[in-house]
Amino acid sequence: MDFALLFIQTLNGIQLGLLLFLVASGLTLVFGILDFVNLAHGSLYMIGAFICASLTFLTGNFLIAVILALPVTAAIGWGVERFLAQPLYQRDHLDHVLGTFGLILVFDTAVHLIWGPAGINIPLPAWLDTQVSLTEGVVIPTYRLLIIMTGLVVAVGLFWLVNYTRLGMLIRAGASNRTMVGALGIDISTLFALVFALGAALAGLAGMLVAPITEASIGMGNSIIITAFVVIIVGGIGSMKGAFIGAIIIGLIDTLGRSFIDDGFKLFMSSDAAETAGPAVSAMLIYIIMAAILAVRPQGLFPPKVR
Amino acid sequence: MKRFMAAALAATMLTTPVAAESVKIGFVTTLTTGAAVIGNDMKDAVDLAVEHMGGKMGDLDVEIVFADDGFKPETGKQVTDKLVKQDNVDFVAGYIWSHVLLASRKSVLDAGKFLISSNAGPSPVAGKLCHKNFFSASWQNDQTPMAMGEVLNQQGVKSLYIMAPNYAAGKNMVAGVERTFAGEVKGKDLTKWGADAQLDFSAELAKAKASGAEGLFVFYPGAAAGAFIKQYNQAGLKDTLPLYSVFTVDAISLPRLQKAQFDSVLGSRVTQQWDPSLDNAANQKFVADYKAKFGRYPSFYAAQSYDTLMLIKSAVEKVGGDLSDQDAVRAALKAADYDSVRGKYTYGDNHMPVQNFYLREVVADADGNWTTKVVATVYENHVDPYAGECSM
Repeated sequence: MDFALLFIQTLNGIQLGLLLFLVASGLTLVFGILDFVNLAHGSLYMIGAFICASLTFLTGNFLIAVILALPVTAAIGWGVERFLAQPLYQRDHLDHVLGTFGLILVFDTAVHLIWGPAGINIPLPAWLDTQVSLTEGVVIPTYRLLIIMTGLVVAVGLFWLVNYTRLGMLIRAGASNRTMVGALGIDISTLFALVFALGAALAGLAGMLVAPITEASIGMGNSIIITAFVVIIVGGIGSMKGAFIGAIIIGLIDTLGRSFIDDGFKLFMSSDAAETAGPAVSAMLIYIIMAAILAVRPQGLFPPKVR
Repeated sequence: MKRFMAAALAATMLTTPVAAESVKIGFVTTLTTGAAVIGNDMKDAVDLAVEHMGGKMGDLDVEIVFADDGFKPETGKQVTDKLVKQDNVDFVAGYIWSHVLLASRKSVLDAGKFLISSNAGPSPVAGKLCHKNFFSASWQNDQTPMAMGEVLNQQGVKSLYIMAPNYAAGKNMVAGVERTFAGEVKGKDLTKWGADAQLDFSAELAKAKASGAEGLFVFYPGAAAGAFIKQYNQAGLKDTLPLYSVFTVDAISLPRLQKAQFDSVLGSRVTQQWDPSLDNAANQKFVADYKAKFGRYPSFYAAQSYDTLMLIKSAVEKVGGDLSDQDAVRAALKAADYDSVRGKYTYGDNHMPVQNFYLREVVADADGNWTTKVVATVYENHVDPYAGECSM
């Protein structure tokens, strides 16, 4: 096997994993702490991308657009929490699913009305639209390295926030026993709104980062949300560490599967059969992994300690 | 008004007692998801065609019922069922996607209606599953990549890496280029497709580069085209791995690529059976009016949709509005006796067009907008490779 190719694919896998982490971290916070199933988390990812696209054309600079779009996405998340999620907290999970599924349709149609059905390409600044040559034969687009670095910085930031700050302490306490936290005089509804807005901003950031690679398009969130659910199920619902490790595992498995599975199949089946089976199996691979992990550890790899 | 309608109705009934008073056409396309950008183009073309014919086919009023397949075969089949059973249309047309057409065709044909594909051309409908009531206003999927394979041979490309989405049309495109390309295929990737299609091609592009192939052949229609070309640029493959594409660089993706300033697309070459620059009266009128009305170039999807309506019109007029005589309607459709925007073509025995395929180049027009122009004719009166499998 070509070592340089394996190295590049590993980097690609980590990059995909970090993007997944940004989405999954918000999802796991909201699901684990607020006990709220938010299918519309992917819509916030899409909204982030579209707002960032408009701001990029307005300001002429992608990075400024990202910085401006983050608080806007957080504010939209806050609005969703206030007007849709809050009335549903006391209800059943099925009602959460219904409510947020409706929200997906609303967001998709709103984007269709505002930005039209065509996706939007976001141009990158020239210095990002280049390639970095790490060694001979290992060339990777600069922008993908930027995604990896941003993902790592956010991961470290979240780790610090959850484990070493007062807000993080409250978040963890709220996850364990929200009634008790409320009884101790903490304004639990503001705390929840903050968590929701934070999750929205993280999902939005992922959408903004991915938009210059693919593009901002309707329904872009619907595919990633399924993978993000796989990540938090594998990692353990409500656990930030689980979301991080789960995301990296899923990102690597998906990318390496797509890269090498048909070559692997060719070792023991005909070339034609491998070409048919390879793409089919690599598309299923992460679900197979999820099923296997659920069978062995139904609570996920790193479930939160106190539940 | 009502009385006038009634009078008009009575008049038609007096003159042609057996005929229906309108032609009802169901048009299935994608009007939601990112692929709606294609569906809108087709819908605009259909509207323009109806406007050009003054809302009439012969003496009959034209009634179009649009339906959205949501980019999913199961939804496509559902809306097709509704068109056939509830709306009781005379013709079902449209269909961007091969897998949607394959899922829906039986509903139309079993009900004894005419089915006209405005885009999709999966191999079964041209071969084993050919049907007397199915006609194509486009092409068979393999033909356009076959033309590209010939172009690659002419340019002396020795080895190729192939990427396409993993669905019926993607597989046909791969089969098509492999059929004519004489060099070595170094590797290929079929990527996930549908409403949750894979749009990040980092792993595949890395593989393509590592394969050492001299060229990269891709088929990524609609919204995926922008994403692919973008990543191809970001990966800096332009000089080492030249791109050869079908149905990817088109009037749908070019305006967006221009907006994002991907100058490397200029000069790239694609194959197609139609082009806005084709020099015939029907095409010039279509392109000029389409540009005037919608402010952009029509895509090949639009051209084929426009042709679909004109084809139906020619048949309806030929039978004098009497749609009850199916054999006569079928014979009239098969004659293809209308001014197609691609120029004159004929129908083979499997009801697929026998037509020319051109090599087109991406250029900037007089106003600076990116479009394509014909540089050469690759095939003349090309018959699709599955025609022999059709026993009709």
